[in-house]
Amino acid sequence: MDASEEPLPPVIYTMENKPIVTCAGDQNLFTSVYPTLSQQLPREPMEWRRSYGRAPKMIHLESNFVQFKEELLPKEGNKALLTFPFLHIYWTECCDTEVYKATVKDDLTKWQNVLKAHSSVDWLIVIVENDAKKKNKTNILPRTSIVDKIRNDFCNKQSDRCVVLSDPLKDSSRTQESWNAFLTKLRTLLLMSFTKNLGKFEDDMRTLREKRTEPGWSFCEYFMVQEELAFVFEMLQQFEDALVQYDELDALFSQYVVNFGAGDGANWLTFFCQPVKSWNGLILRKPIDMEKRESIQRREATLLDLRSYLFSRQCTLLLFLQRPWEVAQRALELLHNCVQELKLLELKSLGYLCGLVSEKGPNSEDLNRTVDLLAGLGAERPETANTAQSPYKKLKEALSSVEAFEKHYLDLSHATIEMYTSIGRIRSAKFVGKDLAEFYMRKKAPQKAEIYLQGALKNYLAEGWALPITHTRKQLAECQKHLGQIENYLQTSSLLASDHHLTEEERKHFCQEILDFASQPSDSPGHKIVLPMHSFAQLRDLHFDPSNAVVHVGGVLCVEITMYSQMPVPVHVEQIVVNVHFSIEKNSYRKTAEWLTKHKTSNGIINFPPETAPFPVSQNSLPALELYEMFERSPSDNSLNTTGIICRNVHMLLRRQESSSSLEMPSGVALEEGAHVLRCSHVTLEPGANQITFRTQAKEPGTYTLRQLCASVGSVWFVLPHIYPIVQYDVYSQEPQLHVEPLADSLLAGIPQRVKFTVTTGHYTIKNGDSLQLSNAEAMLILCQAESRAVVYSNTRAPALGGESDMLGMAEPHRKHKDKQRTGRCMVTTDHKVSIDCPWSIYSTVIALTFSVPFRTTHSLLSSGTRKYVQVCVQNLSELDFQLSDSYLVDTGDSTDLQLVPLNTQSQQPIYSKQSVFFVWELKWTEEPPPSLHCRFSVGFSPASEEQLSISLKPYTYEFKVENFFTLYNVKAEIFPPSGMEYCRTGSLCSLEVLITRLSDLLEVDKDEALTESDEHFSTKLMYEVVDNSSNWAVCGKSCGVISMPVAARATHRVHMEVMPLFAGYLPLPDVRLFKYLPHHSAHSSQLDADSWIENDSLSVDKHGDDQPDSSSLKSRGSVHSACSSEHKGLPMPRLQALPAGQVFNSSSGTQVLVIPSQDDHVLEVSVT
Amino acid sequence: MAVCIAVIAKENYPLYIRSTPTENELKFHYMVHTSLDVVDEKISAMGKALVDQRELYLGLLYPTEDYKVYLSGQGVCQGGPTVARCTLGSDNLKPFRRKRVRAHRGPSTGSPCVTSAFPNQLCRYGYVTNSKVKFVMVVDSSNTALRDNEIRSMFRKLHNSYTDVMCNPFYNPGDRIQSRAFDNMVTSMMIQVC
Repeated sequence: MDASEEPLPPVIYTMENKPIVTCAGDQNLFTSVYPTLSQQLPREPMEWRRSYGRAPKMIHLESNFVQFKEELLPKEGNKALLTFPFLHIYWTECCDTEVYKATVKDDLTKWQNVLKAHSSVDWLIVIVENDAKKKNKTNILPRTSIVDKIRNDFCNKQSDRCVVLSDPLKDSSRTQESWNAFLTKLRTLLLMSFTKNLGKFEDDMRTLREKRTEPGWSFCEYFMVQEELAFVFEMLQQFEDALVQYDELDALFSQYVVNFGAGDGANWLTFFCQPVKSWNGLILRKPIDMEKRESIQRREATLLDLRSYLFSRQCTLLLFLQRPWEVAQRALELLHNCVQELKLLELKSLGYLCGLVSEKGPNSEDLNRTVDLLAGLGAERPETANTAQSPYKKLKEALSSVEAFEKHYLDLSHATIEMYTSIGRIRSAKFVGKDLAEFYMRKKAPQKAEIYLQGALKNYLAEGWALPITHTRKQLAECQKHLGQIENYLQTSSLLASDHHLTEEERKHFCQEILDFASQPSDSPGHKIVLPMHSFAQLRDLHFDPSNAVVHVGGVLCVEITMYSQMPVPVHVEQIVVNVHFSIEKNSYRKTAEWLTKHKTSNGIINFPPETAPFPVSQNSLPALELYEMFERSPSDNSLNTTGIICRNVHMLLRRQESSSSLEMPSGVALEEGAHVLRCSHVTLEPGANQITFRTQAKEPGTYTLRQLCASVGSVWFVLPHIYPIVQYDVYSQEPQLHVEPLADSLLAGIPQRVKFTVTTGHYTIKNGDSLQLSNAEAMLILCQAESRAVVYSNTRAPALGGESDMLGMAEPHRKHKDKQRTGRCMVTTDHKVSIDCPWSIYSTVIALTFSVPFRTTHSLLSSGTRKYVQVCVQNLSELDFQLSDSYLVDTGDSTDLQLVPLNTQSQQPIYSKQSVFFVWELKWTEEPPPSLHCRFSVGFSPASEEQLSISLKPYTYEFKVENFFTLYNVKAEIFPPSGMEYCRTGSLCSLEVLITRLSDLLEVDKDEALTESDEHFSTKLMYEVVDNSSNWAVCGKSCGVISMPVAARATHRVHMEVMPLFAGYLPLPDVRLFKYLPHHSAHSSQLDADSWIENDSLSVDKHGDDQPDSSSLKSRGSVHSACSSEHKGLPMPRLQALPAGQVFNSSSGTQVLVIPSQDDHVLEVSVT
Repeated sequence: MAVCIAVIAKENYPLYIRSTPTENELKFHYMVHTSLDVVDEKISAMGKALVDQRELYLGLLYPTEDYKVYLSGQGVCQGGPTVARCTLGSDNLKPFRRKRVRAHRGPSTGSPCVTSAFPNQLCRYGYVTNSKVKFVMVVDSSNTALRDNEIRSMFRKLHNSYTDVMCNPFYNPGDRIQSRAFDNMVTSMMIQVC
């Protein structure tokens, strides 16, 4: 049966056919030449050019040389090619003209005539020349040679039909040459003959074939003709061409059968339509099965005979083709891999045929058929009879009983599956497995079928072949139904019910199966059949209301989901349940409404990706990694404990690759029972999209994660084990909160301003009549306005109720409040506390409001001789413009004769932002001036921009104290040009005269350490100092000195000094400063002290100031003392005390002296800055 | 004339599959699916032999006339189960060689009372692109005009059209092909009666 599996039998070429060549003439001569000829002829290949554009072939010619007989020549109409003489050769050795004329010519003519009579034109005359004979006839001229004569007589225009063979039996180069020429000629002629005759034959054959539509045409006849051609090709060793002939015959026959099947019957085919009696096996061992051939010739062959004969010939030729590798390869490739399957199918077909596969077992008709079949198998061939595994035996056995058939069928199937699996043809293996499953199903063995169906289904699922999946599932469903695997069956049914490749009726059927089961009263109540959801319905999207999915405790949350029902009919679902996982957030901040609002997606709609299963289950379609950073902070100090990366969709990625199988297994779905569920009862899911709304009231604060979705139909539960992407809603609880904040950047003291109260109600519900009670400090007024309003914002913007009320607050700009910062440009601030009683709490909320004082005020005392003025400078530090009005300066002291005369002309004055306004009063008194003056400055102010306020604002007040403001000394300095000069000149010494005049008698202020009393006269010690800070003057000699000043009005002291102007122009006079010269404390006196005192004394005594070297030291010392306070410890220096500004009046301040340059051509330096 | 044309993704799921006798769609699905075995085999064999191979055409995968043989009620021989293509005067030997095995098998098991429900033999041809997308074409082998070259050019046409589909920026590689142009082209290859 299987040729390739056995070692190829040795090639026995029984058909020793060679093209026939006839030989006439001198037989002895031919016999002598024959060995060489038959040996040499096939040695060289010859190119055979062929008609119909077929590729030329190199061909080794062989011939069967036979003696010429007239009978050999084919008669008209004889198509036999095998016996056809392709070439006729006439051999002669004649070299004598006489002999030629006498005998050879006649003989030749006779030969030619016979040939002509049979219209054969393929002939050749060979003249063998022998040198030996030639020598005897030396006088023969070449012109009259026999060759020429023969050519003349017979070969008119075909001179090539006459060949000379010289000395064929000798071994010389000439012999060789002539042999070669002869052989070439012979081959050429042979081929020509082939071409011509075969062409003619083919033409005839074609003509015959063209007649095939005519009635009475016989395929068998034609078969014989074309096979003849094949034989010739085979004879010529052109196996390819021979094979082509058979292939063509094969194809032609097939075409006929096809046409016959299509109703286009040909008469001759009826020969093949007779009942078949025998189906002998095929024999490949013989090259030609002559029995069959004859039967074809006799037109007795059956279809099978013809087929097997054709195939055996084809196989033979293939073997002859000398390409065993190709044969083997093809045979292996196809036989090995396919034939097993084919065998199986054939066998099964037989099984069907004989009723072996049918469920009821063979009936009588089937049995009859079986017997026929067995009889037809024929006698077993002797060569295989002794092997136990012979196909005949097997087949016979298989067909004779159901059990044996089953056994063999299963054997073969398993062998096939194994084979396929081992060579890697998994798909084919699965396909065969499916067939096997079908067989098992037919045999009522669903438990065996299941595994094959599952295997095939897995394969199809893995590769995403929809139709095979559906088909296999259908089979599986049937199988599971038989097996009573209720869960599996229901699951498969649900998958099938949602399968769009099935018809509506089929889907409805499977859906009904589920519903029927579900409506059955279950024997054990509470028993649930859990099936995966995705085949039943798919979750499309989810929508929260409120959309940020954040609700306060007690609030109502709506979850609206869109479920896309896959069922073909509306399904009534008892309840749809969403299991919710509850977790408490540890971070309290996360619970606040603001945070949650900020961190949620805005629209509240979550879309679920459509289920990818079952298509396409490629590796690419795996979901992308969803990685998030994770920080874990310690709860105590919020420092980072751990950090890492979390993959959020692990359950998607790490599920087994062959998830398809688990999809089929409902066991993977676990029903979660949680305390928190969203429930929706009695829903009818229409095919397609359905909206389902869950309502829930938020109870405990925390995060709720939607985990599982279950829909229950009777005892059948469809479960979506994971809702992904993660869906959460948050419930929070918040304490009511109150915020108070100004509308402007900061609050200013003294003017009415608006303050915003924000109440975040949190869990508190505002009732009608709820109020906030404000208790304020007295310094701050709360101005209630009629238009004070509260706006309640809805949950959409802020989850809590927010109230806003306007309140006018005003802090009195009292200087009494502690000033945090005296200097700098910052405003002085004061804090006022407001205590608020809220309805939700028994405790008052204390809120501090910070007010800034908008002004800064400084004062100064101005003198003009003995007249005194007080200047108050008000500086506006705020951003606002104010209107100042009603400025007053009041003496709060007890002196009665003091008068403050305002010099301010305007009663109202604007003060702009960051600007200052000055106010001046003159002090007047009649009697002795008071040693000190306490004043209070007050000025009314109101924001410049605002309209008239309904309330009166308190004025801004500033209190200050001025001491020792009475002028005691008048200092007057004068510079005189050198004697004889009209003006001072640069570089020349001028005299400076300082006149210090006491303006009053002894006053209270004079009573200090410096005062000395002698004989009712009081005198005090003063130190003067001439300093020119602008370096206009060079002071020559002593620039300072101590004078003893009598404390009496009009007492005058005059000091002369030399100064030299350094520049030309109007120069201001150098400053003359006056200090009170206080003796050092006697308690600390020491030796050093005394020395210094003496020194100082000597200095002071010298009024003329001649001691130049000491002046600088004293000056430095004095400056040290003036800079530092007199509290220099340990130094027994006399102390210098600056006289208060009011006590000294410099009457010459501001005067200038004209200094002219020393020379006219002096270059004046002008520095411009 | 193709009976079934399928485009199969690298991962062996069908991107496109269409067959003309629509009632037997399932059969063709199975047929194409099992022929992937041969395609895989050929690809792996090629991969070892020629690394740089430009030939995308895999040739005839294998002929099948036996996709389903159904029981006929009469048990009368109405024609052989094996039908060869009629190629008269053809020198193209390739298909014949393939057929030899089948011819062998036919008579040997000899089930003369079986009538093929599909009397035409179908040949499956394979073609694989460089991106390992496979084209499988099932051809009615009774169609004599279809030679290797025609099949080749049909595949080339198919490949070009597929490339056009891939060039569509709105097409996600790996999705089912739903292009109308591609569909029309396939239709033209299916109804193209030679």
